[in-house]
Amino acid sequence: MTEPPQTTAAGRGASRGRASESHVPTRMGDGFMVEMTRSELRADIEDATQLAARKAKVPPLSGDEQEHLLDIYASRASFTAVDVGEQVVLSCDGGGSKMTGTDLQDLLESEQRLGQDILELWHIEYSYKAIKTILPFQQQIMQNAQLMVTAPVQYGAQPNLAFYSKPDGPADNWFELLPRGDIAGARAALEEAMEYATQDFIYVCDGMIEAGADGMDFDTTGGAGDADFFSTLRAVKHIRSKYPTAGIEVGMAGEFVIGVHGELEWEGRRLAGMWPRQQLEVCQDAGATIYGPAVNIRTAKSCAWNIAYALTVIKPCMEVARIPVHPNVGEGVVGVPVNGYPPEDAVSRAAKACVEILRCDGL
Amino acid sequence: MDVTHALAAGMGGIRTAGDLVARMQMTRGMRLAEAKRYVADKLGCTERDLSDSYAMEQIRGEKGLGRILDHSNLHPGEPNAMYAKFRIAELLGIEINSVKRFKELAGI
Repeated sequence: MTEPPQTTAAGRGASRGRASESHVPTRMGDGFMVEMTRSELRADIEDATQLAARKAKVPPLSGDEQEHLLDIYASRASFTAVDVGEQVVLSCDGGGSKMTGTDLQDLLESEQRLGQDILELWHIEYSYKAIKTILPFQQQIMQNAQLMVTAPVQYGAQPNLAFYSKPDGPADNWFELLPRGDIAGARAALEEAMEYATQDFIYVCDGMIEAGADGMDFDTTGGAGDADFFSTLRAVKHIRSKYPTAGIEVGMAGEFVIGVHGELEWEGRRLAGMWPRQQLEVCQDAGATIYGPAVNIRTAKSCAWNIAYALTVIKPCMEVARIPVHPNVGEGVVGVPVNGYPPEDAVSRAAKACVEILRCDGL
Repeated sequence: MDVTHALAAGMGGIRTAGDLVARMQMTRGMRLAEAKRYVADKLGCTERDLSDSYAMEQIRGEKGLGRILDHSNLHPGEPNAMYAKFRIAELLGIEINSVKRFKELAGI
């Protein structure tokens, strides 16, 4: 049983005096099903786009875009989709998981049964630092897989710069130094970690491309802040210069880059505080061929709120993109609920919204 | 969730021309519209055909680009996997890394 929730102050105001307005089933950011009126959904979308515009200093979604978004989210359909002929490329992570078979069988499943356009071979220990220690095993799987699949297969892992700090790595732990006020020490530790990290990224990328990978994927780039992003960009630049035709996908971790170091610049542009448009610009300048923005879900807000927020901060990318933009639509990002089993109604709405409003190149 | 995205918005991989358009994005950084135009031109079809499993099943079969295989769609003697990638590379005019490595390792 569901009752009409009062999800936002604006929503409460909008629903007063509208007792006869029908409610539609919709989702919160954690996937919980609620019922909202069209007016409440409209209020959420307006609230979200205005907030995103203020925070990111970008234009809000236009009236038409908000109305289009409202139509998608006020629908009662259990599933929705883009129009015929408007489909986009799906770059998928997490292939070869050995969940239903061997890693090779899982990749074949991704291609033959799940209709993925770009497959990804990965390892459950999904960080470049760990993969470095088992590289030959991953190389052999890639070499074997490339004999058996037709679709392109990239290799993916996460930069995870924090793994290079103590106790997991050699550098001092900057998250311990910063609360003590040792900013210089923290920056020195970050810079030391970045050297190790870029070295590992390059080592793994070289190895996997030599094994036949069609490209590399850096997933959740920037998750440990600006130094995480910087060390990845250095690896991207190396791959581009050494392998001119390799695919390089950079998927981000969040809507803006956290300035843990605070003073790192890529070709004169400070990385700390970058929103998706600026993130895209440095990625494409470094040599990436696919950029994936990520905007994290606010679980206490509706999915309509969340997608309006996400589209607002991502949309400025589209006018400057020289490379494909594939918004991350995994669990907990860009309108997809934080849930181990994201509901299909919410996921399909997020996909449709990204394609039709952003005019993105993929997902 | 993978299936949801595939049905809601995905091109369809080798069921259609999704892998071909994807290759143009990966190797040349082409935006979607340009990549679709490029592939459609190479295949001699419309851009809408690229997402049409009916059209692409026939085109892929004719050109040996690899097709979905299941118990009612078997194509022994037809290129798939590495065989198909040789043809894809030639058709699209791109270098496919695994094809290049195959030639090196096979001594071709």
